[in-house]
Amino acid sequence: MIKQHPEPSLWLLFSAGGVLSAMLMPILLLLFGVAFPFGWVAAPSHAHMVALLGNPLTRVVLFALSMLSLFHWAHRFRYTLYDGLQIKHLNEVIAALTYGVAVVGSVVAGYILWRIP
Amino acid sequence: MSDSHVYTPYHPRWLRRRVSTYWWLEKWSYFRFILREGSCLFVAWFVLYLLLLVNAVRQGPDSYTRILEWSAEPWVLGLNVVSFLFVVFHAVTFFDAAPQALVVHIGRTRVPGRLVMAAHYAAWALASVLIAWLIVGA
Repeated sequence: MIKQHPEPSLWLLFSAGGVLSAMLMPILLLLFGVAFPFGWVAAPSHAHMVALLGNPLTRVVLFALSMLSLFHWAHRFRYTLYDGLQIKHLNEVIAALTYGVAVVGSVVAGYILWRIP
Repeated sequence: MSDSHVYTPYHPRWLRRRVSTYWWLEKWSYFRFILREGSCLFVAWFVLYLLLLVNAVRQGPDSYTRILEWSAEPWVLGLNVVSFLFVVFHAVTFFDAAPQALVVHIGRTRVPGRLVMAAHYAAWALASVLIAWLIVGA
């Protein structure tokens, strides 16, 4: 039997996270991170935010965005350390840490989004 | 002869020049590569920020007001401005590479790469307008 390598699946998560974060993050960061704090646009009311997050579709999208983006980070950061800084002897440790953080972060994201009333 | 040496018969000794750890500082294109790869750190930061924001909304109006104030603190604002630039850089480089990563066929003809790229940019624009409308417009 051929041994299944995890690499293609990890690359797929990296790629999916790359596309989703590229599509959704710039506008979200522009609004919440830049436009609201600078006062260019008034921030939405708490009631409006509750209504938005109350929609299950919003939560599904935000969960997918969080999880896939974390795996995108894990994969890319691992290879940046590997190729960029040439930390090759710690390959297993770095892989365990990066994907571990992605798994834990996804669970936390799921918990927070699921707990919204 | 001692047994402590492990060596492979007939295996050539490769001539490998040692590459500096800071090789990516040598050329602008190398540096751009590291910046592109480094954008993932800001993607990860935004996931953390997003979860803090959602959690604050969940906890009530006071927490929500507090996180809006916290977002206006100079270091958070600075970090988010830099993150925004990196996330846009990530988006542009990712969509520009899309035709290489995604080969689409309709029937037996290959969809031109420029069309694949244009579709990604169109989806990005559409998603951005929709999100902005949902948050501030509706």
